Amino acid sequence: MSSHLDGLGRLPSEFTTPGNSSFAEFLTRHNPDLLPGRRTLPGTVDAKDMRHGTTIVAATHADGVVMAGDRRATAGNVIAQRDIEKIFPADEYSCVGIAGSAGMAAEIVRLFQVELEHYEKIEGSTLSLDGKANRLSTMIRGNLGMALQGLAVVPLLAGYDPDAATGRIFSYDVSGGKYEEQGFYSVGSGSVFARGSLKKLYRGDAPEQDTVVALLQALYDAADDDSASGLPDVTRRIYPQVASVTADGLRMLGDNEIGALVDAILDGRMRRPDGPAAPVRDDA
Amino acid sequence: MSMPLGYISPEQLMKDKAEYARKGITRGRSAAVLQYDDGILFVAENRSRTLHKISEIYDRIGFAAVGMYNEFENLRQAGIRLADVRGYTNARRDVTARGLANAYAQTLGSIFTEAHKPYEVELVVAEVGESAAEDQIYRLTFDGSVQDERGYVVMGGMADQVASALGRHYRQGSSLAEALRAAVDALGQQESGGHRDLEAGQLEVGVLDRNRNRSGRMFRRIQGAELERLLASTVESEEEPAAGTESGSPDSDSDDGQA
Repeated sequence: MSSHLDGLGRLPSEFTTPGNSSFAEFLTRHNPDLLPGRRTLPGTVDAKDMRHGTTIVAATHADGVVMAGDRRATAGNVIAQRDIEKIFPADEYSCVGIAGSAGMAAEIVRLFQVELEHYEKIEGSTLSLDGKANRLSTMIRGNLGMALQGLAVVPLLAGYDPDAATGRIFSYDVSGGKYEEQGFYSVGSGSVFARGSLKKLYRGDAPEQDTVVALLQALYDAADDDSASGLPDVTRRIYPQVASVTADGLRMLGDNEIGALVDAILDGRMRRPDGPAAPVRDDA
Repeated sequence: MSMPLGYISPEQLMKDKAEYARKGITRGRSAAVLQYDDGILFVAENRSRTLHKISEIYDRIGFAAVGMYNEFENLRQAGIRLADVRGYTNARRDVTARGLANAYAQTLGSIFTEAHKPYEVELVVAEVGESAAEDQIYRLTFDGSVQDERGYVVMGGMADQVASALGRHYRQGSSLAEALRAAVDALGQQESGGHRDLEAGQLEVGVLDRNRNRSGRMFRRIQGAELERLLASTVESEEEPAAGTESGSPDSDSDDGQA
């Protein structure tokens, strides 16, 4: 049924059923096989057969929020992809970063993007940031069965909340649990190291660019200690992805902009491989 | 040949249904869809800020309707669902206005023949192309017939008078402001032959702008200050048309569900 119409080319009744602005809910009635997480797997999936995305970091700043991710995908002990994109614009005021099973993640993000646009078109207004966070929660919950069989997806949602006039960050666990994070957060295999690094470098009132540098430093620290996270690939000019969301909307930073910041970071690391030192005493 | 009591010939039945639908549609207000140099312009007379007659369907596809609000709103939502599900299963560029127009035509056609009451609606589905030559405008009527239009389309209300007025003022390749002025002037036509000046608050305006590239979505509403500026920019540039009658609407707002 590729045309999605009935045998006579008409719109089937579920299309004209009023009172539903959720695309995912519409799919459950129209063609549930299109939903991610609906398949049942014969057994557990071996991690080395699937691509996995690794580290995502996000932090708020004075004017909004920024998110960054490394570009490595692994399959077992092999680097499956050097230039994978793990940060996706969800709509004009939010973005999602994904760690975990890359294939499932891409599917969930695509559904989430359509979900937000669909709501906007049907209702004539955009969902609140809390609404978006809850919708993503439902989708992750729908994937719980797959997660238990080895295809877990762990997203990080960052967006600008026009009502509160701040950037906000939401993290999730595989069961769909949603947790709002204060200041900064990180997910993925290198997240422990990234979070430790961010804890020392993060300043909530810093301007956007300083926060971007802090995130790039944190990704470097993650890749320094986690084998599944990738360092910036200078020879191929593959740099981390960075998304920034402010009151003006979402912006994916260009390679030139990120490249210049990465070069400066690498320069600093040539002198001090462990990265910038935080003062030991507060009064310093 | 004797006929059972209460027999109505198919011809009569269809004629009655068509007349019923047509009457319903003319009771409402008009809407116009026209090409301008950078895309497709949708203009409807609509006093409501929230009950829309014009809508985005997909990246390059827009929708305009007249008639019964609940009926065309239903079709609008169905169209968005169809476009989104097709874009989700295939790719965004695979969603076309032609496919959507066909689905609407089949749906309206079967409602017209099978249902007791036909839909009192008329729709336009338009897709903006890379250039004006590739623009597509489909007009769909209550019985499921489809027409492929060029230039401009007027539907609802006193569609014939408005269309002939628009025909006099419409120029191919005009700017957005010129096209908007032509449409607003034409929509101001009155049955008495008089003319009223429609203001920003009485209009619903949207465009599919082929040069706009926000994640591929080309539809945007023109409202508030921007609409007032556009309306004003054309009024002062030309000599006042000095239309006879004052602004005002003899056909009052009470049009029983007809938007």
